[in-house]
Amino acid sequence: MTPTPPPEILRAPLVVEFPFTRSLGPVQSAFLTGLRERTVLGVRTEGGRVLVPPVEYDPETAAELRELVEVAATGTVTTWAWNPEPRSGQPLDTPFAWALVRLDGADTALLHALDAPGPDAVRTGMRVRVRWAAERAGAITDIACFEPYGGDAEGGEPAPHSGEFDDPVTGIVAPARLDYTYSPGRAQTRYLQALSERRTVGERCPSCAKVYVPPRGACPTCGIATTDRVEVGPRGTVTTFCIVNIKAKNLDIEVPYVYAHIALDGAGLALHGRIGGIPYDQVRMGLRVEPVWSGDGRYPDHYRPTGEPDADYDTYKELL
Amino acid sequence: MKPDREVAIVAFAQSDHRRRTDDLSEVEMLMPVLHEVLRRTGLKTSDIGFTCSGSSDYLAGRAFSFTMALDGVGAWPPISESHVETDGAWALYEAWVKLLTGEADTALVYSYGKSSPGSVRDVLTRQLDPYYVAPLWPDSVALAALQARALIDAGATDEAALADLAARRRTDAAANPHAQVTGARPQGDHVVAPLRTGDCPPIGDGAAAVILAAGDRARELCGRPAWIRGMDHRIEAHSLGVRDLTDSPSARLAAERAGAFERPVDTAELHAPFTSQEVVLTRALGLGDGVRINPSGGALAANPMMAAGLIRLGEAAAAVHRGDSDRALAHATSGPCLQQNLVAVLEGDPR
Repeated sequence: MTPTPPPEILRAPLVVEFPFTRSLGPVQSAFLTGLRERTVLGVRTEGGRVLVPPVEYDPETAAELRELVEVAATGTVTTWAWNPEPRSGQPLDTPFAWALVRLDGADTALLHALDAPGPDAVRTGMRVRVRWAAERAGAITDIACFEPYGGDAEGGEPAPHSGEFDDPVTGIVAPARLDYTYSPGRAQTRYLQALSERRTVGERCPSCAKVYVPPRGACPTCGIATTDRVEVGPRGTVTTFCIVNIKAKNLDIEVPYVYAHIALDGAGLALHGRIGGIPYDQVRMGLRVEPVWSGDGRYPDHYRPTGEPDADYDTYKELL
Repeated sequence: MKPDREVAIVAFAQSDHRRRTDDLSEVEMLMPVLHEVLRRTGLKTSDIGFTCSGSSDYLAGRAFSFTMALDGVGAWPPISESHVETDGAWALYEAWVKLLTGEADTALVYSYGKSSPGSVRDVLTRQLDPYYVAPLWPDSVALAALQARALIDAGATDEAALADLAARRRTDAAANPHAQVTGARPQGDHVVAPLRTGDCPPIGDGAAAVILAAGDRARELCGRPAWIRGMDHRIEAHSLGVRDLTDSPSARLAAERAGAFERPVDTAELHAPFTSQEVVLTRALGLGDGVRINPSGGALAANPMMAAGLIRLGEAAAAVHRGDSDRALAHATSGPCLQQNLVAVLEGDPR
């Protein structure tokens, strides 16, 4: 009931990982398939400029672009930046230069890595060429990087290209992974620490007196911090429930089972949990339940009937 | 475009920006700022006609975090509310438009960002072209460094001038009690050359909020409202290789459409996370020696992602409120190398 000093901060690793599967437009498909075949394609705009990397629509006029041309695998650095400490996922794992490179025949520049011994070996205007990846799949990473090149630019207009290749690439899978260290904040930290002592502790709004379980730090009705800690339960009442008939992936629970909203005694709103220890078709609104703690005692694994008489509807109707 | 309804920023509040806020959830970090901005006007949530926020779930890796943040507003009975997944400056734009339509007379705008749980340099790579650029994981400092190199090659600046700029901004920030980094300091090593540690913004957590009001309501709520004379935002092509990185035509066009060039401004709050980007913006907007630029220290002093742009509008408005400025330009940016830019012109009534 009384405010307590700030708890020790909880931290846990959190990985957000998602493989985006993306389909390609016709220009992107030709470009990425071309890279697989060691061919660099650009696209010509209505104004006659050659865009590399090529895009489906003119960035200035929004006109649909389809006139593909082949440009050289050699080019000129238009700007660069020395990267002394490569980061995860970047093209090279030794220090390298990021560079915008205008390939011979192109009017715009492509971003990629430039492999060079040090920043003193790189300058704007230097000549470079594509170093192809040994294994190519139809992706921007089929260019392993650029490398210094002694030759001059080859003149002449880039030649038209049909963009047609055998077995064209029609999509890419772009894996992404971001690593975080999660800290739940003041209210949820206290809630989790109480759970580890097999106690359920909510927080009361000092304005409307509602007790939030689990607490999120603020009363969403009043917009102020919940501060007073209130132990609730352990027993509670099923306010409503559903019967789950589809087995969840990686979840070791037999179906059908009951998932319920449970108003713990003293709580101002229901939390949700699984009901066990009773056949699924005998669960009912008003059923009195108590937590069954997980093996490690960190959280209620599920709730089971207490054997008490069912609660009157009037006692929980405001918590539905 | 001349708005046909007078709308002003009447209050501004921000957190003390910190490198880490592990002790607080997002709503716990935001809530005191919301309370402060409401307190300054005497308004309650129920008095506010429209609420709009800006944030990004990717920063802290928390799905739908903006719904949790709404807990701090007190959104019951149900409020009229919206959210943008970018800097809160764009939430302010949406709220301004809402007030111009006459559907609301007051608006609460807030934004927040916790960069500390993740690695913001890597997180920001996920906003890039997913076909040609994102698979290379070019981080935000690397892209800014390409722009800085182009600027140096063009003769517009050099490393010494950038160092001087960094020192001046952080010296100015000593007067800003909310700043995360204050006082001139060594430039440090190259992070990605030519940018050194001192050229880069601090990484940190923070929140900001403003209140907008229309017409007489604004005059009731604020002694000297910061009238929004115009506001516009513009975007450039997403492919870096088709842009002239030494210029910012989108910022210039937004400023023109906001009316910034009709009369000189005395103050400019520029959202330039990197020193080199302030050089680009100052040139593109033609800001002369008579303009006080970033008296708050700007994003070099505190750069809470998703809030730093809104803070520029708030700082410019606060300068008008205090009487330090009569006509201020506020700018916000989003995306790599100043890809998107928003400009607002704020004025105080004649004294």
